[in-house]
Amino acid sequence: MPVRVQIEDFDVGGELAALRHSDPSIGAVAAFIGTVRDVNADASVSSMTLEHYPGMTEKALATIIADAKARWSIAEALVIHRVGPLRPADQIVLVACTSAHRGEAFAACEFIMDYLKTRAPFWKKEDTPEGARWVDARGSDDDAAARWHAASKPRAKA
Amino acid sequence: MRDSVGTVVSLVFLARLREAFGAGSERIEVPAHVNTVGALRAWLAARGGAWAIELAPGRAVRIAVNHDLATEVTPISPGDEIAIFPPVTGG
Repeated sequence: MPVRVQIEDFDVGGELAALRHSDPSIGAVAAFIGTVRDVNADASVSSMTLEHYPGMTEKALATIIADAKARWSIAEALVIHRVGPLRPADQIVLVACTSAHRGEAFAACEFIMDYLKTRAPFWKKEDTPEGARWVDARGSDDDAAARWHAASKPRAKA
Repeated sequence: MRDSVGTVVSLVFLARLREAFGAGSERIEVPAHVNTVGALRAWLAARGGAWAIELAPGRAVRIAVNHDLATEVTPISPGDEIAIFPPVTGG
């Protein structure tokens, strides 16, 4: 299953090995891991809770992966996103792509992450010394996703 | 006539909006003329209070119909699951 939403942590090495499944046509594996920071918007963060919209989350992530596979020749793509309580330094999200060459894997991985940030229904609520607060969306995330509209193939093959 | 019959839909409220509205979901019958996402938003805003504040024109609100992101002109039909939520912040 290329999309998983789960409370438990994940093992990056094991996940990447499973994604490659010893396929000798794969020459590149690109992975992004998002982790919890202990500070955001000038306040220290002691913990956070990630909420999502079950049903839509899986559908949105599957659509994003399908879009990436339509744009780049990637062999496999994987998204694992955690929900529930998280603490600083915890892993939140893993996006990984495999392909014959690095250019396709890098680009597809970044594309999936940029679209996940703007289209997948997850929300963070942080615990700070001033109390719990919902994290505000950033305009820079919209900008990051929007730049992929500009060209159908933004990067050359490696 | 069908014009006088309302449309029964399920509403889902998530994250900050769930807290602002004091409920996670609601099953309601909306008047027949409330037949798009934009019309539904305006109709709910007319409830006043937190609804008027959070759903006011210009407020950043995302709406999904049956798990797909919608726009103001997306039609709504009987039995739809319509989710209203703030801009997403995952990753």
